[in-house]
Amino acid sequence: MTLDYAAATQKYEPTLGLEVHVELNTNSKMFCSCATEFGAEPNTQTCPVCLGLPGALPVVNGKAIESTILIGLALNCSIAPYSRFARKNYFYPDMPKNFQTSQYDEPICIDGYLDVEIETDEGPKVFRVEIERVHMEEDTGKSLHVGGSTGRIHGAEYSLLDYNRAGIPLVEIVTRIIPGTGKYAPQVARAYVTQLRDILRSLGVSDVKMEQGSLRCDANVSLAPIGSGLLGTRSETKNVNSLRSVERALTGEIERQANRLEAGERIIQETRHFLEESGLTRPGRSKEQAEDYRYFPEPDLVPVTPDAKWIEELRAKLPENPADRRKRLQKEWNVPDSEMNSLINAELVDVVEETIKLGAEPTRARTWWLGEISRLANEKEVAPTSLITTAFVAEIIALISSGDLTDKLARQVVEGVVNGEGSPKDVIEKRGLKVVSDDSALMVAIEAAISAQPDTAERIRGGNIPAAGALIGAVMKATGGQADAAKVRELLLKHLGQG
Amino acid sequence: MTNIHATAAEMASALSAKEISSVELTQQHLERIASVDGKIHAFLHIDNEGALAQAEAIDKKRAGGEKLSPLAGVPIAVKDILAQKGIPTTAGSKILEGWRPPYDSTVVAKLKAAGVVILGKTNMDEFAMGSSTENSAYGTTQNPWDLTRTPGGSSGGSAAAVAAFEAPLAIGTDTGGSIRQPAALTGIVGVKPTYGGVSRYGVIAYSSSLDQVGPFARTVLDTALLHEAIAGHDERDSTSINAPVPQVVSAAKRLDVKGMKIGVIKELSGSGFQAGVSARIAESLELLVAQGAEIVEVSCPNFEYALAAYYLIAPSEASSNLARFDSMRYGLRVGDDGSKGAEEVMSATREAGFGKEVKRRIILGTYALSSGYYDAYYGSAQKVRTLVKQDFDNAFAKVDVLVSPVTPTTAFKIGEKSNDPVAMYLSDIATIPVNMAGIGGMSLPVGLADEDGLPVGLQIMAPLMQDDRFYRVGGTLEAALLSKWGKPILSNAPDLAVK
Repeated sequence: MTLDYAAATQKYEPTLGLEVHVELNTNSKMFCSCATEFGAEPNTQTCPVCLGLPGALPVVNGKAIESTILIGLALNCSIAPYSRFARKNYFYPDMPKNFQTSQYDEPICIDGYLDVEIETDEGPKVFRVEIERVHMEEDTGKSLHVGGSTGRIHGAEYSLLDYNRAGIPLVEIVTRIIPGTGKYAPQVARAYVTQLRDILRSLGVSDVKMEQGSLRCDANVSLAPIGSGLLGTRSETKNVNSLRSVERALTGEIERQANRLEAGERIIQETRHFLEESGLTRPGRSKEQAEDYRYFPEPDLVPVTPDAKWIEELRAKLPENPADRRKRLQKEWNVPDSEMNSLINAELVDVVEETIKLGAEPTRARTWWLGEISRLANEKEVAPTSLITTAFVAEIIALISSGDLTDKLARQVVEGVVNGEGSPKDVIEKRGLKVVSDDSALMVAIEAAISAQPDTAERIRGGNIPAAGALIGAVMKATGGQADAAKVRELLLKHLGQG
Repeated sequence: MTNIHATAAEMASALSAKEISSVELTQQHLERIASVDGKIHAFLHIDNEGALAQAEAIDKKRAGGEKLSPLAGVPIAVKDILAQKGIPTTAGSKILEGWRPPYDSTVVAKLKAAGVVILGKTNMDEFAMGSSTENSAYGTTQNPWDLTRTPGGSSGGSAAAVAAFEAPLAIGTDTGGSIRQPAALTGIVGVKPTYGGVSRYGVIAYSSSLDQVGPFARTVLDTALLHEAIAGHDERDSTSINAPVPQVVSAAKRLDVKGMKIGVIKELSGSGFQAGVSARIAESLELLVAQGAEIVEVSCPNFEYALAAYYLIAPSEASSNLARFDSMRYGLRVGDDGSKGAEEVMSATREAGFGKEVKRRIILGTYALSSGYYDAYYGSAQKVRTLVKQDFDNAFAKVDVLVSPVTPTTAFKIGEKSNDPVAMYLSDIATIPVNMAGIGGMSLPVGLADEDGLPVGLQIMAPLMQDDRFYRVGGTLEAALLSKWGKPILSNAPDLAVK
């Protein structure tokens, strides 16, 4: 009999451990001045240092240190006044020096935490995830195995090596073991990685694109019978490249382990690879025999000794925690969860906030960014923020609020700006989009409409206000849509003694 | 008219007075090399065309009235461990056969910028591991004083080239004595600057925390001129010291030691040193007293552990530094017949490409860094290093400079120690403590041993970044010796030229 997930977590208590690797978005690599652009031609972003040529020496990227300290501070860590790099020695063709320069027993950030909130059966609940360390290291190159059926090294005819990625700054964020999550373990893990991603994005230190590998999560989990107080043998699942996969991979792995334990088998300490299609994991490298990396302090680099004053300056620069900010803005804007989620998923919170700061009416700011501008962006397959500036959006919204533009005209203005016809003012002028707001001009149209539909006018005079729609429509038609419908309504009703 | 027997300073002044052109001077040296290097084998690569082109360019600049560096137009030989763009660079190893670096080491770049004419690359023990050049994969260098003896090592080719008048100047590297020991054995001046005084960028690493580049010449002043040309902070070497270069040239010219306190290291004198070596050292001290210096005996009790600790630290770092020679990107590749995987090819290449001593040290270092042994070996060795530094600190609290013999014996016979690594290691017993502490030291020729008529070297050591002190003492003693002898020491060496 096999256990399903619910049964598995009724019997076994999972213990989590998460290692997140973040590629920093510095312009240059960790130890040399090579560019870090994603997707460049293979081996075009290399130099003697990141190729590990004989004689070349590393120099630490100061910006990478700054980014790492910012991450540590945002995760409530202590920043070590003295930390060192070490060499992790092992042979692999995509590692140019056959050692990775990494921090080992003297990391730059230690002892932090991140509180994550998830929905439980009993309502929202906060779990504290303790951070053991945040440290710096360099990425390896990439191997491309050609000729085999699996794309893996076994069975490949030959392998190609691309060292563009070699030496890209990586930050590794390691949690302590996370006990007590019970059946919510996969959700806690997902919430943790999500919140971490939001924090990293708010710090501006990484692209945090899981699908491009700039944010990678290794999920460790072990099971022990509930109440036993024991720690089971863990597995480490790699290749988890989306937030949803974090949750799926752990769910599957908990189920797999529970069923092995049920069958009286032992859990093998190993790395496992997540398979996106099936949601299952397959075994990778065994870690039963710990590999000896022969770590020792990197003699080519001096210790990192950040100045206490500098750390405080960085602390003062920390942006608001994204979770707190989200709650604050949602309250200020008074929007439901669904709309807030849409804004977050579309990465529009920042521009909406900025547009509002520039004086735009909050509801309009949200509607325009999520609506028309996002629609145009989708059509063009670009980010909405690349189409138009917040200042222009605020300007257009101000014109709507003052009655100088109708929504319909404003759409044309946005279209004009997006098409490069200039500022909103330029577009309005060139396209002649000004709202007809001259009362006398409107009155001519209104009177014409009344004469054309005397019966309707009579019904309005008699108190049938909804009938005004037909006359307003006629006026709008006569003015080519350039009149402000609200204004027309106001003038019409007044004229017919209902104002 | 100058000639190859002149000092570099004399050559420089003849060049600047336009008594000789750099092309003529370079040509003379190339002819000397052609005539004697068959016996000496100081060079692994002679760059006739490049040297003459560089000389011609300097002559043009001089003719055009350009302001030139003091050594502009003077030839030099460079140890084959420094990367020089486009010029074969092997570090004395088969594993790098045919490799032409795509970049210049900082020292080579500085030499080129100063207009110093690079004649070629000199022989050395493979990866600077050795004290005789017998570990070169390309044959042993012979000592110009006696062709059956070694010139010392690892920078034996550079020392022999200067002693045999193939070049007035040479560059070496010194990890445990590899400049000072061959200088002593060939009767020339050699300096290991303070660690971090000269950039290591582009110097193929043996032991990163000990390696240092330094000058060879036939006089103290010439050595100082070259020292100044190559020294200084380099942004590409994190361990290079960001401070002004010690005033070594003016110190070399000072010729005065009145009131200086000179410490004789008790543990590096007496038994264990050849009688003829001790006798010349004693006479030198008398000459210094006659010049107004005061001699004090000091004790450095921890020096006895320095050699053992060195043979843990240097191989440990080497085991990691030499991991990059894996045939993937450059150098030798063995066994790649299409049937083998990368790991097998790496292994076959390293088996074929590294010599016996290099393999010995890689194995030693790999073992010393292994988990479970690290603390006992690498950890203890680092503690010894601290103790050796403390010994120096205590001694320098009492004296301005310290002195000792450079080597226990004069030049030994080729083959004499090549099958007894420990006996070979012992020839660096007096030089190793200097590297362990990171301070600088000079080897100065102070006469010939009575037993064998071979040169004896005095080692003069000074505190961190006080390199000017040993130039001051060395310059003064050199002048006193010269007036006592009436002719330079090298005039006692056999004339090698084919008649």
